[in-house]
Amino acid sequence: MADIKKEISGTTMNIALGGILDTKSAPQLQDAIMESVADVTEINIDMAQLEYLTSAGLRAILVAQQEMDDKDGKMTLKHVAKEIIDIFKMTGFLSILTIED
Amino acid sequence: MCTNTRKICVKADAQNIDEVFDFIEGELEDIEGVCRQDVLKMHMVVDEIFSNITNYAYEEETGDVIISFNHEPGSDCISMTFTDQGRPYNPMEEVVPDINLPAGKRKVGGLGVFMVRNTVDDIHYENMDGSNILTIKKRIGQEQD
Repeated sequence: MADIKKEISGTTMNIALGGILDTKSAPQLQDAIMESVADVTEINIDMAQLEYLTSAGLRAILVAQQEMDDKDGKMTLKHVAKEIIDIFKMTGFLSILTIED
Repeated sequence: MCTNTRKICVKADAQNIDEVFDFIEGELEDIEGVCRQDVLKMHMVVDEIFSNITNYAYEEETGDVIISFNHEPGSDCISMTFTDQGRPYNPMEEVVPDINLPAGKRKVGGLGVFMVRNTVDDIHYENMDGSNILTIKKRIGQEQD
């Protein structure tokens, strides 16, 4: 259900998501990030086109956040819809994520 | 009472989730006043509950899941029921995850049920004649405050 675009420049990975991140699409996001994370210390995820996410989506985001934390890197989520912020609030994810407009 | 209830039966296989999404989204589309947020929230609820069933209900041989949808004309409430004959599982007994842990200690197990409980207006589980029957009710057409 989700559209995943990835681009890597140097040590920065830029991801753009669209649609809904759910049981079917979240593992694809996790694979996309983890297969090329070796030299990456900064991940930016643009959520402008992402409509919603389920706990499977939270899992993929958590894995990426933990990966960046482990290597003193940084992950930033951008342009996050209010409905998704509500999910982050509900699940306590707001306090472990970095979110920018 | 049953005239406004429609149902589908699918094998408890992750591959079939699109069929369930299509069914629920098709039913929601026919209801006046349903907004995009209702559809997204129900997508999440279906994703969590159906994937729980496909992951845990049946061990060796995959069985069926019956998903029924009810909406009475003029009502602002819909209900969905998930029925399977897998091993008894009451999601209401799921341990509430600690949502205050730092990222490194977080686990996602249990979050799906937690999200469902926080999204729907009513959720009820019963085990009857060897079936797990989970019914959720949700008011529709409400904009977020």
